[in-house]
Amino acid sequence: MSAIPTFKDPDPSRHSDLPSETEARLFRSMYRVRHAEESLAELYKEKEMRTPTHFGIGQEAVAVGICEALRKDDVVYSHHRCHTHYLAKGGSLLGLVAELYGRVDGCSRGRGGSVHLTDRSVGFVGSSPILGQSIALATGSALAFRMDDAPRVAAAFFGEAVCEEGIVYEAMNYASVNRLPVLYVCENNFYSTESSAATRQPPGTELCERARAFKIAAEKIDGNDVAAVYGAARRALEHVRGGKGPFFLECETYRWREHVGPMYDHELGRTYRSKDEVEQWKKRCPVARAERRLLAAGISSADQIESWKAETRAEFDEVVRRAKASPWPDPASLFDNVY
Amino acid sequence: MRTLKYSEALSEGIVRAMERDPNIYMTGIAVDYPSGIFGSTVEATRRFGPKRVFDSPAMENALTGIAIGAAAMGKRPIIVHPRNDFMFLAFDMMINLAAKWKYMYGGNAGSVPIVVRAVIGKGWGQGASHSQSLQSVLGHFPGLAVVMPAFPRDAKGLMLAALTHHSPVIMLEHRTLYDTTGEVPETDEPTPIGKAAVVRPGRDISIVATSFMAYEALHAAEQLAKEGVEAEVVDARSIRPLDEGTILSSVRKTGRLIVADTSWELCGFSSEVAALAAEKAFDALKAPVRRIAMANSPAPVSQPLEKAFYPSATTIAKAALSMLGKFSSSLGDIDREDNFKGPY
Repeated sequence: MSAIPTFKDPDPSRHSDLPSETEARLFRSMYRVRHAEESLAELYKEKEMRTPTHFGIGQEAVAVGICEALRKDDVVYSHHRCHTHYLAKGGSLLGLVAELYGRVDGCSRGRGGSVHLTDRSVGFVGSSPILGQSIALATGSALAFRMDDAPRVAAAFFGEAVCEEGIVYEAMNYASVNRLPVLYVCENNFYSTESSAATRQPPGTELCERARAFKIAAEKIDGNDVAAVYGAARRALEHVRGGKGPFFLECETYRWREHVGPMYDHELGRTYRSKDEVEQWKKRCPVARAERRLLAAGISSADQIESWKAETRAEFDEVVRRAKASPWPDPASLFDNVY
Repeated sequence: MRTLKYSEALSEGIVRAMERDPNIYMTGIAVDYPSGIFGSTVEATRRFGPKRVFDSPAMENALTGIAIGAAAMGKRPIIVHPRNDFMFLAFDMMINLAAKWKYMYGGNAGSVPIVVRAVIGKGWGQGASHSQSLQSVLGHFPGLAVVMPAFPRDAKGLMLAALTHHSPVIMLEHRTLYDTTGEVPETDEPTPIGKAAVVRPGRDISIVATSFMAYEALHAAEQLAKEGVEAEVVDARSIRPLDEGTILSSVRKTGRLIVADTSWELCGFSSEVAALAAEKAFDALKAPVRRIAMANSPAPVSQPLEKAFYPSATTIAKAALSMLGKFSSSLGDIDREDNFKGPY
C-alpha cells in the first residue's frame, strides 16, 4: 500500500470542544455531499451527463470542515474535483445537477460543465481545472479584501499535485510578502491522476515545510476527520483574519473513485493502486466516522439520523427531476457572454 | 490642439481613469520606479501612491491570476509587462481563465475586466526574446480584446476605453512610439474598442497597418504622394474585435491592399486581413494582396541583420509602387533615422 495514512482512527466517543449542533451540522452537510456524489456517479453511468466529471467521494470532510468554518461572505475557489466544495459552501444543488446535464438551469447555464461551477450568492466564486489557478485567484481576492480593509477571507482548495506547479510558489510568496488574508487548503489524496507521490515528490516530503519556507504558518491534519478539519480551519482563520498572513492546511484524505468518471479503478482493471488499498481507506470513511461519532457521543439518535438522510434523498430526487426537465440552451445563445 | 508624447498620452489616460474609478490599481515589475515604464506610470505613482501603484515580484502567471481574483471582487487591475515576451509566462491565466471567465460560467460569475499592458521592443539589438509582438497569438482567442494604439490620441483614448471595458483588454504598446508626438484632446474621449481609423484618406491603394507599422505607413504615404500615389492608411487599432467594415470599405474604394504588421505573416494579423479581403471583397481587388511583416526568423541582434529583419516605410512604399506598376520610380530609401538607444 503506497497511500499509508499518517493519522490514527479517532475514538468516536472522545471528548469534543464542538457544540453538539455543530457536530450534527457537519455530519448532515457531509452526508448531503456524499449522497449527491454517489447518486450522480450512478446517474452518470446512464451517459446523459456529457461532461468529464471528477467525483470527490471520500474527501467530503475537507470540503465541509473548511466551508462550515468560513463565513458566508468569505470566498472559495476550487479545482476539477469541485462538487464537494461547491455543495459544502452552499452552492445550489439544482445548479450543479442541471449543469452536469447541460441545461439552462445549470449554475453556468450549460457552458461550464462539471469543472466550471459557480454560485456567487454563497461565495463560491468558481472552479477551474487547470492546476494551481485556484491558488492565484484566492490570493487575488485576498488582495482585494486587504485593499478595502474588508474582514473577509479567500480560500483555495487544491490537490497535493498542485504543489508541483510553479504558480503555487509565486502566489504563496506574494501572499506572504503582503500578509494577505488567504487560506490554502491542500487536499493530499496521494495520487495525481494515476501517478503516486513516489514519482512526483522526493522521499520524506512534507508539504507544510514548503509553505513554511515562505514564512507561511502550516499544519497537517487528518482530512478524513471532519471535526479535526473544522477545528484546524477555525484556528487557521483566526490567524488569517487577525492579519497574520496566509495559512496552509494540508488535509490528508483519499479519493475512492477513478480520477475522472464514476467507476472504481479495479472495475476497469487499473493497477496503479490496489482494490485492497481503496478498501482500507473506505474503512476510514469520513461520513461513517461522523455518524458513529454522533451515535457514540449521544448527540443524535439513529432515528434522527435516518430522518435527515431521508430528507436529503428526497431533496436530491426532486432536484434530479427538475434538472432533467430543465430546457436545453438555445443554439442561438452560443455567443452569449463571450464579451 | 495641444501636442503630447505617446508616453504622456498613456499616462494621462491612466491618471484620468484612476481619478474616476477608485477600484483601478496598477502593478507589475518596475511600475513605481522613478523611470516609471518609460514615463507612462510616473504621474500615476506620484498621484496615487503605493496603495494603488505598486511594484511586484517577477511572477507573471500568478500576478495575472491574482489580478483576475481581485477583478472578481470588483477591482480593475492594470498589469504592466515592460516587454511582450514576458507575457508568455502568463498565458495560462490570460487565455485559460481571463478570456473565458464570463463565458464558461454562463455569465453567472460576473466578468473580470483586467487590463494588461505590454510593451513591444525594437532596435538596439534587443534580440529574439525582447522584441516579439503578440497580437496575432492573443487575437486568436474569443473573450479577449486586443488593442494596439499607434498614435498618442489613441494611446490615451484606448486606455480610457480599456479601463471602462466590460471584459479583459490586452494593450500592446510599441516602445519605438513612446517618444513620438501628436495631438491629444484635453477632454477625455475614449477610442472605441473594435473600431479602426482611416488616418490618411487616399484612392489608389489601402494600407491597413498596426502599431508602429501604422506610423511607418503614414510616412510611406506622405512620400508616395510625391510620386503621385494617394495611399489610404487604415490604422487597425483593434485586433480583436476586428473592424471589418472600415477595412472592407477602404479595400472596396481602392481595389488594392497592403497589410503591414509588427508580427509574423504565418497565422498572423496580416494573413487574417488578407483572408478577410479575399472572402468579402474579392470582386473589388485589382491586384493580389501584399503582406508586410517581420522576416520569417527570430529577431536578430547585430545591426545589419536587424535592419534586414524589420520592414519599414521603405518596404511599404516600394510594395505600393510595385502593386501600381510604377517600376520606374525614383523613390529611394525613405526611412527616418532610428535614434533609439534606450532605455529599454
